[in-house]
Amino acid sequence: MAEPALDTTAPKPKALPVSPAALTWLLLGLATFVLAHTSRDLSKALDARWLVKVPRELRISMKTDISAFMSWLVEDAHFGLFSFTDLTRGIAWLLEQPYDLAKAVLVSGFVQGLGNEAVQWLPPLSWIAVVFVVAAIGHYAKSIGLAVFVGLCFLYLAVFGQWDSAMVTLASILIAVPLGVGGGLLLGIGGYRWRWFDRVLTPVLDLMQTVPIFAYLVPILFLFGFGPVSALVATVIYAMPPMVRITTLALRGVPSEIREFGTMVGCTGRQMTWRVLVPSAMPGLMVGVNQVIMLSLNMVIIASMIGAGGLGYDVLTSLRRLDIGGGLEAGVAIVVLAIALDRLSQAFVNRPPPEHGETAPSFAKRHPYTLATLAVILATGLLGLVLPVLQSYPATAQITTGAFWENLVQTINVNYFDQLEAVKTFMVLNLLVPVKRFLVGVPWPWFILLVTLAGWQLGRWKLALLCFLLSGFILVNGLWTDAMETIYLCGVSVLIAAVMGIPLGVVAAQNQKAGRFIGGFIDTLQTLPSFVYLIPVVMLFRVGDFSAMIAVVLYALAPAVRYTAHGIRSIDPQLIEAGTVSGCTRWQLLWRIKLPLALPEIMLGINQTIMLALSMLVITALVGTRDLGQEVYIALTKADTGRGIVAGVSVAFIAIIADRLIAAGARRARARLGLAAEGGR
Amino acid sequence: MRTHLKMLLGAGLGLAVGLGAAGGALAEVESKDPIKLTLHDWTGQLITTKLMGEVLKKAGYNVEYVQADYIAQFAGLKTGDLHVAMEIWETTGREAMDEATATGKVENLGETGMQAIEEWWYPAYMKEKCPGLPDWQALNDCAEAFSTPETAPNGRYLGGPVTWGGFDDERAEALELDYEVVHAGTDAALFAELESAYQRKAPILLWVYAPHWAPIKYEGEWVEFPKYTAECYGDPAWGDNPDMAYDCGKPRGPIWKVSWAGVKDKWPGAYAAIKAFKVSNEEMGAMVAAVDLDGKDLDGVVADWIAKNEATWSGWIK
Repeated sequence: MAEPALDTTAPKPKALPVSPAALTWLLLGLATFVLAHTSRDLSKALDARWLVKVPRELRISMKTDISAFMSWLVEDAHFGLFSFTDLTRGIAWLLEQPYDLAKAVLVSGFVQGLGNEAVQWLPPLSWIAVVFVVAAIGHYAKSIGLAVFVGLCFLYLAVFGQWDSAMVTLASILIAVPLGVGGGLLLGIGGYRWRWFDRVLTPVLDLMQTVPIFAYLVPILFLFGFGPVSALVATVIYAMPPMVRITTLALRGVPSEIREFGTMVGCTGRQMTWRVLVPSAMPGLMVGVNQVIMLSLNMVIIASMIGAGGLGYDVLTSLRRLDIGGGLEAGVAIVVLAIALDRLSQAFVNRPPPEHGETAPSFAKRHPYTLATLAVILATGLLGLVLPVLQSYPATAQITTGAFWENLVQTINVNYFDQLEAVKTFMVLNLLVPVKRFLVGVPWPWFILLVTLAGWQLGRWKLALLCFLLSGFILVNGLWTDAMETIYLCGVSVLIAAVMGIPLGVVAAQNQKAGRFIGGFIDTLQTLPSFVYLIPVVMLFRVGDFSAMIAVVLYALAPAVRYTAHGIRSIDPQLIEAGTVSGCTRWQLLWRIKLPLALPEIMLGINQTIMLALSMLVITALVGTRDLGQEVYIALTKADTGRGIVAGVSVAFIAIIADRLIAAGARRARARLGLAAEGGR
Repeated sequence: MRTHLKMLLGAGLGLAVGLGAAGGALAEVESKDPIKLTLHDWTGQLITTKLMGEVLKKAGYNVEYVQADYIAQFAGLKTGDLHVAMEIWETTGREAMDEATATGKVENLGETGMQAIEEWWYPAYMKEKCPGLPDWQALNDCAEAFSTPETAPNGRYLGGPVTWGGFDDERAEALELDYEVVHAGTDAALFAELESAYQRKAPILLWVYAPHWAPIKYEGEWVEFPKYTAECYGDPAWGDNPDMAYDCGKPRGPIWKVSWAGVKDKWPGAYAAIKAFKVSNEEMGAMVAAVDLDGKDLDGVVADWIAKNEATWSGWIK
């Protein structure tokens, strides 16, 4: 193998763009193409069936081992005084208490007695009170403007008849977010303090983020019982990793002067952490909090499948009745809730530190808003006993737009189906099917060889070994074909997402107004539960890979747009000026200067797109794909722990291979362009 | 805040006394602990469960509804986390149910009275294009009519999620049907396609089951395959195709009720009531349609049934 030519000096535009390494890869690609299309005949000619079908001897029974371990854990594991299940059930009980409290305050009220003898002795907060409380928080965090905005968001929930469900969802978010933030903070601090801890933690976090949630739902149900607590646990597992990473990063980013100052005044380790480092890293940490909120809301639908109830449940049941309008309205309510919470948490990030006055005026003077809010809670609570309108928003004043959406889908369906079908058939025959044939056709030893080789070129033996082992894991577990289907579906979707997303990102970066519009659009796409648009997509495009692809593209578009825009915005303006001075047209400026310089960022964006696409696979299994996502989903419905975890981990491994390869590629690109190393954002 | 709380407490207690007086006529029951009934995600099951729950409440039991997954719930039924599951379909849940009852921790409480039907189904307007239906032998003559661009010249049959089983791939092969079997991932996707095709009066052939709102909302028929027998599935020699099994229709079978084995000792009265529970396909179909098609409130529909059928359910709890 020749020296990696990517390392050489900046590319000369006129020179032949073929270096020895590129040439090697070109040839390898050609060979792969030929192999993919002849593998079947080849294996017959050579009498080597193992080329196309993974031989049985290579397989291991990891599934059954994991399932057996799980049932041992649930039924027999014992610490002497109490069993493992007792422990997890104890934790579940602990989590249930604050959840019940939050739910009582927001939805059900405080209740005495059981079943039909239950008597409510304290009603939940009235809708007016809740709207007022969030508005007050908005005012406290930033301004009257924000107060009005979040107040209106919550009012929307009441007017559109989503109130009760939204409050159930809010109650679980209120418990999941502090848990995710607190746990993430502690783990993050651990990672900052001890190198070894960080090293252990990183792969665990990778798995937490990339193993599809469906894969570990079953074990969680076994351990934590049926009901909202299991959903909470799953939500926290899913939403915590960014908090851990951001905490470690933010603490490392604290200026050394501040740390030195802490040492000088003689801080103990604990004081240093909690009094110096954490407060100085606060803005960074709040970004993590924001991520936890967003991801928790992302989980709403899946959590509702295992008993969380709330808006997610409404989305699911509406769509099962094909009540598209109802599903959309509940879905939009999730978006609205997400926007309101997002704005609030953003405002806390940017909030100026409180001024410490010397004199303390009376409580009432210091806290006029707190008192006003309490007064509203009290007043609406009491008056609500007499006037039910004040307690719960009247059903007669609710609005619904459900019929409109249904008619819209029907109109499109009846009038434009043939045109849509033509587009679909074209795409299927010319893009989807060839890619699928190609990937499924590549003999597995060759594929593993290629991946390992790529690892070697981008990151030497360490990365090569990782690529080899991870792809080997998928192979020996008998999931090779499923994995290839996964790569095919994801690959095509990522390709389309990139083709759409990068230009959108460029536009967003160059035009502020368009940027804001595009930003809002992709944010909505990301928080709107994909199930909401999945069913209309099936109505228009039928069950199959094409529908799945549309759903994946819609969901995974966001990072491609965002990172491209960010990459172009953060180019050194002097470089652009230099281009303008030397007489570049706008077009040249974009192609010759901006895009090449933004390339590392764009690659990271594509990387994130791949991650999101992989995480969508489990959802698209619901419209009948035949990949690893389907395998995870089948395992879930059959409550087969081992099968689910093995398939889930395989998805995670594909994600990790892609991530490591692209990150290594981006690092090289940065080095070649003479840009600063990453991590300094 | 304190005073606020006290005042409300007072108001609440007053309310409690009032309610207690109203519900005082209840019979004594063995245990006041709530009986946990599982809810899944299809309307029929919600109705069945709520019917049972409301009847148990009439008998004085405390009842709690818990959202749980159809198959995953067996883990909870074994440990006693969950107590009663009202709809286990012979066609889709038999395997999991048998596995659970074999442990002795879960008990089969008999049939609900409803019969599950699952079969290939087509809308009535397809009969004009394919007059030989519902006989299965007409299917091959009409393969073209049921085709889509991806499957032509073969017909396209939309099967249920892979997890439902059903042996449709095998059936198509054994009966030499010129059809491609495509699997939907969920029943929402399944019926989304039906709705779409029905709006356009477009050809479609798919898996439909009853009791469900779809065969009530859409006019159509089930394909008539050779009648199912156990030998057909087990013995290749049986039926039209001497070399393959599955050359017949799908089994029809009862929908079962199951419970945690401890229910019998803890709430013997409730146990007897659940065992006695019976509704027919027609009654259930009407209720499902009222909820899913007429958009009526589910609890209202259940209350309505309870009010009108006192003679029936009072027999269960005596």
